[in-house]
Amino acid sequence: MLDVIVIGAGVMGAAVSRELSKYNLKVMVLDKENDVSNGTTKANSAIVHAGYDAKEGTLMAKYNVLGAAMYEELSKEIGAPYKKVGSYVLAFSEEEKKHIETLYERGIKNGVPELKLIGKDEILEKEPNINKNVVGALYAGTAGITGPWEFTIKLLENAALNGTEVLVDAEVVNIEKLESGYKVILKDGREFETKIVINAAGVYADKINDMVSKEHFDIHPRIGEYYVLDKVQGKLVNSVLFQCPTEMGKGVLVTRTVHGNIMVGPTAEDVEDRDYVGTTTHGLDDIRRQAAKTIENINYRDSIRNFTGIRAESSTGDFIIGEASDAKGFYNIAGTKSPGLSSAPAIGLDVANMIVEKLGATKKEVFKQNKPQIHFIELSPEEKAEVIKKDPRYGRIICRCESITEGEIVDVIHRMVGAKTVDGVKKRCRPGTGRCQGGFCGPRVQEILARELGKELNEIVLDKKGAYILTNETKISK
Amino acid sequence: MRYDLVVVGGGPAGLAAAIEAKKNGIESILVIERDKELGGILQQCIHNGFGLHEFKEQLTGPEYAGRFIEQLKEMNIEFKLDTMVLDVTPDKNVHAINSVDGYMLIEAKAVILAMGCRERTRGAIGIPGERPAGVFTAGAAQRFVNMEGYMVGKKVLILGSGDIGLIMARRMTLEGAEVKAVVELMPFSGGLARNIAQCLNDYNIPLYLSHTVIDIQGKERVEKVVIAKVDENRKPIPGTEKEYEVDTLLLSVGLIPENDISRATGVEIDGRTSGAVVNEMMETNIEGIFACGNVLHVHDLVDFVSAEARKAGKAAAKYIKGDMSTGDYVELKNGFGIGYTVPQKFRLNNVEKGLEVFMRVRNIYKNMVLQVRDGENVVFSIKKPHVAPGEMEKIIIPKAKLETIKGKEIVVELVGGDK
Repeated sequence: MLDVIVIGAGVMGAAVSRELSKYNLKVMVLDKENDVSNGTTKANSAIVHAGYDAKEGTLMAKYNVLGAAMYEELSKEIGAPYKKVGSYVLAFSEEEKKHIETLYERGIKNGVPELKLIGKDEILEKEPNINKNVVGALYAGTAGITGPWEFTIKLLENAALNGTEVLVDAEVVNIEKLESGYKVILKDGREFETKIVINAAGVYADKINDMVSKEHFDIHPRIGEYYVLDKVQGKLVNSVLFQCPTEMGKGVLVTRTVHGNIMVGPTAEDVEDRDYVGTTTHGLDDIRRQAAKTIENINYRDSIRNFTGIRAESSTGDFIIGEASDAKGFYNIAGTKSPGLSSAPAIGLDVANMIVEKLGATKKEVFKQNKPQIHFIELSPEEKAEVIKKDPRYGRIICRCESITEGEIVDVIHRMVGAKTVDGVKKRCRPGTGRCQGGFCGPRVQEILARELGKELNEIVLDKKGAYILTNETKISK
Repeated sequence: MRYDLVVVGGGPAGLAAAIEAKKNGIESILVIERDKELGGILQQCIHNGFGLHEFKEQLTGPEYAGRFIEQLKEMNIEFKLDTMVLDVTPDKNVHAINSVDGYMLIEAKAVILAMGCRERTRGAIGIPGERPAGVFTAGAAQRFVNMEGYMVGKKVLILGSGDIGLIMARRMTLEGAEVKAVVELMPFSGGLARNIAQCLNDYNIPLYLSHTVIDIQGKERVEKVVIAKVDENRKPIPGTEKEYEVDTLLLSVGLIPENDISRATGVEIDGRTSGAVVNEMMETNIEGIFACGNVLHVHDLVDFVSAEARKAGKAAAKYIKGDMSTGDYVELKNGFGIGYTVPQKFRLNNVEKGLEVFMRVRNIYKNMVLQVRDGENVVFSIKKPHVAPGEMEKIIIPKAKLETIKGKEIVVELVGGDK
């Protein structure tokens, strides 16, 4: 019997698993997708919020402030990108100025450090490209930007390195109550017995909860569309620029990304289909119109990608964290819409502590840290020369836009929780995230995947199972 | 490492430039190519039609490239394959890497930039919809089909009627796929007339002008693509939607010169060509750094690339030998109907017989006169019965005419005729 099964390998499942892997416990992480970090975690604003948005006393407020404080050190420890760049909520009218004052007061009550109300001149000095109509801003020094995929994958890599089993293509279809624990049943018929179940299933968390608990809640999917712009636009903003929030969320933001691009979005639209992540003409038009309020001269000709993310809005209006009262040993991490990503480290730690206490688990004597991952382009010429000397594959650039080498790609295929798809490689070391969007490097990445995994070229998929890239061989006989 | 000339890129432009520099007396030349072989994108263009101007016969891409590669080897010009240039400094130090030599710092007297271009992608034009597999740039699909020997789909829609899109419509058909249609945003095709005839008409593939893709459906692989007619502002017209059940969407929606290295070096880029601003010697704003081929501006015929590259090669040789003349610049301004010119400026001293100017027009025009004007004085003019954005125009202004120019600028424009 396992000690813990975590359902969902997004940032929540990853954060709790990594904490649990510090203890002498048998832990398994299950995900219905063919790779980890493929749901809500895959597509969002990638921002670590400071914590002034959520109402005081909510779990959102508590975990956000705690989580934001953990990000910098944790990212360094596991080897994920993070930059503490600060954020501004911009006010463009006297009314909005009152709103940011309210946010300021709420932030103080929530215990957010480094908060400051600043005037027009100061904000324009820090972010000279902002629309000159700005009248003031709320500055939050502890806000940062992260790479949600890298962060999640690195957490899981670390957990796996310390004995956690991570299964993909493992969709949970039922959970049965046992004498002491649960039996988790997968779509393909596999069954696992476990003492504890942690439900971190994102937009499907309500469905998983219903398999076990009568304490019902609903998850409503809400989508948000985004633009990603080329790095040539990277100097447009240095930090995260919010507009005043509305009922539907934090509004359209303009932010720098950890890799130096600019991201603009999201929209907010409630949808029925929990798997629909399409963009729309009206959505993309809306972003451009709304973002012009923040910065007028964004050049969308430098757009390199549009995408849609999905957030798990819960019917309770707050995060649902902890053991279900009618199902001992069943823990929910649900309704973790924004600031979910920011809160993940704190939620992971808290829930892991609940379970450790419940099972009376002891800490491992040896906890292994992730082996450093080489990011070739960030090295000095001397370091580059050294790395190529050790492994000539680092001398071969596969992705021209982002200067990603063959060595880096081979590395992420063979790491714990390694890449098996073209997008899996992209999430782990970024070939295809540049301006050619994989036009040049895609076929080469596919070739390396096939070679390293011992597969045929047309067995390699882009992303999801069934996302085949090639059909048959051509008439040319080899 | 030290070379007189480093050529960045071993495609048609780089090859022709290096060969011409050698012919003009430069011995120490290095061509750096990032791919596993010389020839660039020509290697995946297995259709014929290359070389009509250059060799007066129809060659395939690999055949055309082959002739230059052979010449390069016969002339013992050095080249490095599978080698990536990371940086070119304004004082012409070239930083490059490969698996054999490791990290290289190469000191050069002159550098020719010949990195070619890349394709615009779905993200660049913001096509809405889901993000399944099965959306390819036409060039990526061409590589898979022609070089890797794999088909990318069975039922295909193509967006963009540029030459690559048209050629892939034929190629996919010949490989057994069903090409449902080619869809073009503009009211005219961006490809050569001969390709419309030979790649679409011959195979009964419809071309929808003033149409675009408004939705892509499919969670894993493309299942459906929706197109619509667009109005004069290129906005989709509601009610004109057509749905296609296809598994593949190929995009041939424009090429962009690949100037990331040039930009980092400080080379001035022309917003209209997306390539360097060059003078009559194909020299950029940085002395001794030249540009030619598709990295300078996107050509429709490789023959023109080779001709332009020869100019750059010859100029680099002149520069290395210290034979370059200086002088005041005259700027070329774009008047009515003209999208851009290359070069953007010239010095009379360096012009031998005449100044060759390449340009693209903004729209389809009939019975126009292309003229070059210095204030009110017409320096040069030529009749143009038919011009189109898809076909590059070239004029040669004789040196005698250039000598009559007064002032610091001339205007190139279309006058008269039927719009």
